[in-house]
Amino acid sequence: MSNNNLSVISLVSIGEHPTSRRPRRAEQDARAIELGIKLVGDNLQTLHAGELSDDDSQQTALRSYLGMGLAEINLLEMPENSDAVLVIAEHLKQKKPDIILTGVRAENGESSGMLPYLLAEQLGMAMVTSIAEILSVDEVNKQAEVLQALPRGQRRKLKVDLPFIASVDMAAALPRQSAFGPARRGQFEEILGTSFTDQESSEWQTADAKKRPKRLKIIKAKTAADRFKAATAKASGGGGKVVHGVEESAQAILDLLVEEGLV
Amino acid sequence: MSSSEFLSQFLFTLISFALLLMLVGAVKRMLLWSQGQSSTIHWLGLLQIPRRYLVDLHHVVARDKYMSNTHVATAGGFVLSSILIVLLYVFQLKLQILTWALLGSSLLMFVGSIFVMIRRRNPPPNLSLGQWQRLPKSLMVFSLSFFILTLPATGILPSDTGGWLLALLLVAGIIWGIGEMFCGMTWGGPMKHAFAGALHLGLHRRQERFGGGQSTGLKAIDLSSKKLGVEKPIDFKWNQLLSFDACVECGRCENNCPAFAAGQPLNPKKLIQDMVIGMAGGDDAKFAGSPYPGIKVGTHKGGAIIPIVNVLVESDTLWSCTTCRACVDACPMMIEHVDAIVDMRRFETMEKGQTPGKGSEILENLSATDNPNGFAPSTRMNWAADQNLTVFGHNEKKQEVTQADVLLWVGDAAFDMRNQRTLRAMIKLLRAAKVNFAVLGDAECDSGDLARRLGDEATFQRLANSNISTMNKYKFNTIVTADPHAFHCIKNEYGEFGGNYNVMHHTGFFAELVSQQKIKLDNSKELALTYHDPCYLGRYNGEYDAPRFLLESMGVKIKEMDRSKSTARCCGGGGGAPVTDIPGKQRIPDMRMADVIETKAEIVAVACPGCSAMLEGVVEPRPEVKDIAELMLDALIEGVVEDTAEVVVEDMVGGAV
Ligand code: SF4
Ligand code: SF4
Repeated sequence: MSNNNLSVISLVSIGEHPTSRRPRRAEQDARAIELGIKLVGDNLQTLHAGELSDDDSQQTALRSYLGMGLAEINLLEMPENSDAVLVIAEHLKQKKPDIILTGVRAENGESSGMLPYLLAEQLGMAMVTSIAEILSVDEVNKQAEVLQALPRGQRRKLKVDLPFIASVDMAAALPRQSAFGPARRGQFEEILGTSFTDQESSEWQTADAKKRPKRLKIIKAKTAADRFKAATAKASGGGGKVVHGVEESAQAILDLLVEEGLV
Repeated sequence: MSSSEFLSQFLFTLISFALLLMLVGAVKRMLLWSQGQSSTIHWLGLLQIPRRYLVDLHHVVARDKYMSNTHVATAGGFVLSSILIVLLYVFQLKLQILTWALLGSSLLMFVGSIFVMIRRRNPPPNLSLGQWQRLPKSLMVFSLSFFILTLPATGILPSDTGGWLLALLLVAGIIWGIGEMFCGMTWGGPMKHAFAGALHLGLHRRQERFGGGQSTGLKAIDLSSKKLGVEKPIDFKWNQLLSFDACVECGRCENNCPAFAAGQPLNPKKLIQDMVIGMAGGDDAKFAGSPYPGIKVGTHKGGAIIPIVNVLVESDTLWSCTTCRACVDACPMMIEHVDAIVDMRRFETMEKGQTPGKGSEILENLSATDNPNGFAPSTRMNWAADQNLTVFGHNEKKQEVTQADVLLWVGDAAFDMRNQRTLRAMIKLLRAAKVNFAVLGDAECDSGDLARRLGDEATFQRLANSNISTMNKYKFNTIVTADPHAFHCIKNEYGEFGGNYNVMHHTGFFAELVSQQKIKLDNSKELALTYHDPCYLGRYNGEYDAPRFLLESMGVKIKEMDRSKSTARCCGGGGGAPVTDIPGKQRIPDMRMADVIETKAEIVAVACPGCSAMLEGVVEPRPEVKDIAELMLDALIEGVVEDTAEVVVEDMVGGAV
């Protein structure tokens, strides 16, 4: 694919290994880079909001994106208690990229998965969630075809107007290996971000997220054969139906809440 | 002018000219080697060439008695003849004794060449054909020509025998002979091995290998250098380039290579020849030996400044190697195949990020969790929850443990249920022998063996440094481990990073305990058993006796496999081969199990967690796989050491977290 004039910016964060909790390249961000390199090659720009940490392991984690063959990562410097969304948005407004790639959610910190949405809102761009691939970009008509990842391996092809933000799903192609040499030699370009103080978060109380408890499947099977069937049966998504109209939607939600005993 | 006068004058010119030509060739060849990177020049080694040739090299050649006798006759005869020829015909020292000596030496060489000829009538597949088939003829022509030439001078035959016809024949023979034997030495014929080989023996990159020594640890590289690893032939050290030129294409490496036998695309002999092609430039069409299985000869070319991988050598070739060192051990020219392979892997991994198979994932895990499979570092001691082990540093009861006699290196077997059995057996044995030991607990990291052999020197160095700084906090006499890979790394590769320890493999350590009667073994069991030598214990560290001593102490008569001790076949588990998983015609562990089954053994004793994993992966029915520690535990006679229980309890401080 030759998309020489396309401007693509990929946002990267420092991830966290699930068992050791050590910093690493975030899995989805790395997939976003992979997707970006495949789309525009060396023209891919990479942005990390934050300064270069003195901590070796943090630096190594950030450098491991460089190890995928990037010449540089732009560091958007901002004071500690800034609102990253606003700082990034301000920076991107000036850059005017055609496509912005992010992960679906960060591997640590708030990990709310809100960043792409908030950016889209700030920048007034379309937002596509959980993409697996960008199939083609038509630069003349300013339109792209993307493949969105849905549960159970399903894919949905979407047409989206440029510019847009896409969050990259784990279903996207595996990121290439990060090599030590290029990681060590890659550069960081520091840019000073505009300062936007995050007033709210300082008042928040934070606690580690807990795994959501799994709902127990109550099986009222009488015979071994029934139990076997229940244990092996594929979860059939029979519960879902397409609802049109605000009234009906609200009713459906309310019904569910009542059914679950929450209202 | 009589024919004999003509011959004598002509020979002066001819031989002088040939020597000059040889010299020019030598300079050209040296310029080729000098394209390589700088490396220490061991000048003193040059003085050792005769000794190394006669002792070290012949020690290897002599594994094939026929060939070693043949070589002594041919090479000895040739070297002697050459000296005499120069004295007689260039310096014109017309001494009778020299003439007689030349008669004898050329005869010796001739006899040798007959045996070379016989050997090459039906050459085994590991021998190269092509120009190598010409060599016995050249040897014969050379020796016979000088033999006949010398006969009249000794007075056995009247001078001018044969007249001008014989003189012309001799001239032709001598031109051929000298062309091959003198000029070919430096211009790239089969005799190149004599010139390059001699210098290589003297200037070898691992001087410690000579005189019965050992040098098997990989050499560290500077991680801040502009290029990591070898991309092009000129990125090798100059003495590595020289070493490639020493190859005689005998194919002993090929005969011993498990990857070659399994039909994976690797042949160590071809690899070395390809390195020569790369250094000198050209293609591999003239290579007259076995190809890399599955890759046609004549399809690749190279040059000194052309990248090697996927131009001259396919990357799968490099990644098929198990780093078992069987080739290095078998090579009469002491060529270091594994060094070259790892050098090229380093570039693939650290510059290109092209480690195949699960390589990328494993290396990422090693970075993030210090173990190849990505388990939480905090669960490293879970296997020992019931073992009440002493852990260096803080223990549960808050008592600081800073010293012990033995540091038990657990290794990544901690995460593997199969090999946890071996660890448990070891612990029982150590306790039975009242050994005062402690473990590093969660602070232990993978030894770095796997990362290093996958070409990730950076991760290796990080792990090594981390382990060294952990161990340096504590006092102990000996490190004991059941993992030969960790054993080798800590013993032979941590030194470059300032970690110098007394390290023992559990078989060596237990052998001492048994001979000191601290462990008593029941020797009445009749087991149909064979022993599989782990590469990293045997060939890398020369330990063949301790495991056998232990097995014999249990009354076992080992049914040795054909390929055992220094020629043992790898289990297929080394060098990251299971990670890169390059396809072949068969699997290496299956081949090794076939070796086991051939001995009719019911149990194969192993001494390495890698070997036990690989061999147990062979489908049943097959002989049982047991670590020597497990066998020892079965045979342990308990209660010989008094007061064991109390002492152990006293030693124990806290326990595993
Ligand atoms: S590398 Fe060594 S063992 Fe292999 S063919 Fe050459 S000389 Fe023989
Ligand atoms: S080290 Fe072993 S697998 Fe590698 S080339 Fe040598 S013999 Fe073959």
